[in-house]
Amino acid sequence: MHDRCGWQGCPQRFHGDLAVTNTLSDALPITVRNVTKTYGRVHALDDVSLDVKSGEFLTLLGPSGSGKTTLLMVLAGFTRPDRGSLKFGDAEMIRQPPHLRDVGMVFQNYALFPHMTVAGNVGYPLRLRRVPRPEIAERVEKALETVQLAGYGERRIDQLSGGQKQRVALARSIVFEPRILLMDEPLSALDKKLRDRMQIELRQLHEKLGMTTVYVTHDQREALTMSDRIAVVNFGRIMQLATPQQLYDQPDNKFVADFIGESTFLDVQRNGDTCLAFGAPIKTTRPVPPGDNLSLMMRPERIHLIDGPPAPDDNVFEATVSDLVYQGESFLLYAHIANGPEVAVRGAIRGDTYASLPKPGAPVRLGLHAADAVIIADEGR
Amino acid sequence: MSVTDMNAAGLRRDEHLERLKLFGLSSPALLLVMVILVIPVGWLFYVSFIGADGTFSLENYERMITRKSYGRIFWTTFEVSLLTTGICILIGYPLAYFMAQLPPRLANLCLIAVLLPFWTSLLVRTYAWLVLLQKNGLVNNWAISLGLWDEPIKIVHNLNGTLIGMVHIMLPFLILPTYGAMRAIDRDYIKAAANLGASPRRAFWTVFFPLSTPGLFAGALMVFVLCLGFFVTPAVLGGGKVIMVSMKIVSNIELFVNWGAASALGVVLLVLTAAVLWIASRFVNLERATGGGH
Repeated sequence: MHDRCGWQGCPQRFHGDLAVTNTLSDALPITVRNVTKTYGRVHALDDVSLDVKSGEFLTLLGPSGSGKTTLLMVLAGFTRPDRGSLKFGDAEMIRQPPHLRDVGMVFQNYALFPHMTVAGNVGYPLRLRRVPRPEIAERVEKALETVQLAGYGERRIDQLSGGQKQRVALARSIVFEPRILLMDEPLSALDKKLRDRMQIELRQLHEKLGMTTVYVTHDQREALTMSDRIAVVNFGRIMQLATPQQLYDQPDNKFVADFIGESTFLDVQRNGDTCLAFGAPIKTTRPVPPGDNLSLMMRPERIHLIDGPPAPDDNVFEATVSDLVYQGESFLLYAHIANGPEVAVRGAIRGDTYASLPKPGAPVRLGLHAADAVIIADEGR
Repeated sequence: MSVTDMNAAGLRRDEHLERLKLFGLSSPALLLVMVILVIPVGWLFYVSFIGADGTFSLENYERMITRKSYGRIFWTTFEVSLLTTGICILIGYPLAYFMAQLPPRLANLCLIAVLLPFWTSLLVRTYAWLVLLQKNGLVNNWAISLGLWDEPIKIVHNLNGTLIGMVHIMLPFLILPTYGAMRAIDRDYIKAAANLGASPRRAFWTVFFPLSTPGLFAGALMVFVLCLGFFVTPAVLGGGKVIMVSMKIVSNIELFVNWGAASALGVVLLVLTAAVLWIASRFVNLERATGGGH
């Protein structure tokens, strides 16, 4: 569980917080089996099976209309599937109404009750559970402290900023100590800076509380930043379930390769155990998947410009620069591979590297290291 | 001319011109309000203080206090208005709730059905009730042939008939704002309540109902205030047994040609209505200031 900071982009200061991690012993695993939901002839969920481990942070990632929200709503009990099984721990939940499921949920629009104060909202689930008044006050204050809103109890909901509402919604969903927490695009209404900060905070909160968490988003960076594992959803099916790093480095299929990160695909031909591109074998350290419909996935930041003789492990492509874009910390160079597609190349800008880059119209040699050459099977979807 | 003064005079002039135009556009309405509201009401006040001998006098108001019949009339007016409002709430709230649960297209159809009575005249609707409810009317005949009761019962020309007619007339005024408030309630609130552990019944009472009360309150207030001054329906369906303030005003003018007495009644009704609205608005503000619901 602790290798999640091995991948890039995870702040170093995280490691300090991870030291105090204590996973709740009573966090529940979620087992989804063969869940199908149709609307008319559309399969919103098509025979979905999924295991969420106890205490895991799992993200459902997919474009809008992919079925990810439907799946979350099945977990929460707001959508009744046509068939299938859903277990929290050992208990079958599929026919249990939402108010008996005991899962916390953060809604996309927060759904804070406007006729109650902050404390009224956070205390609501406790009042329903007939917790004694003094204890409610205590637990509400503690929950507000957890989300860094201590002392905000008497505020009205319309006096809060977007980020504060987000925190109150979170406090309300954890105050009754549910063993499963569901979140439906909770950060989508926040501006980018705040969203970035909340991602880290949610992650830290998860470390602290250890609830099994299912998080829905369409934002791949958010998913990569926060998740233990990501389930990429499309057409009501799970296209791949893997750790962020596996997902990015070794996508199972073209949809995932295309959806996560940027990439250009180069059609390649199978030749026994290897693949050919423009008649030349592709050097790769990765296995070639079965099937005949194969593509080489080329990520912009994994391609480099070759100046001088190529390294022995490089795949080399001759190309012509078509455009060059300055983007502050990096440049984006578009180049046409001879008789092939246009590919994007991204590189860091340091010193005067930008000035020395080839200009549009100039010939350029692109290198793709064997370790970065990933062959993807295109299932023709 | 310094740079900071650039165009300042011109921009100020534009601003003035804009305000002048706004005033010009609203002046017909202002004039209308002056002519048909302020002047008549002022005249009403004036006349109410003129005695039978044509001089200033408080006799019109004194009469209201000294004669018991007036007290009874005011009591009846409030009683009928309160009962009508109460019955409207009991019938209208569930109906509005039902409509708010329907998909928008079906709900719009229902809304048209609710508004349909507005397309016929108030008088026609009232007389239609008279036809339905009278001794040998449709309701009595059917009930007897179905065996519900043995001989015609009196359901018109009394309080019952008045209430039936008034509730029918007033119902849309309650349903519309209530329905509007209910439609504005985000369904995610109810989902959130359920998710946090509220059974459907508790979610309704702790979340949906409090959030719908502003609309219900506005509708009830409107019904109540309209009832206070209602004339046609109680006059026709009450059969002279239910005497409300408005009917006393009419009899003062038509029977006794006493404009002073009628005006005084009008003034008192106006003041009472204003008082009801004022108290109600204070109550609403109070609720909002404390966050409400708790």
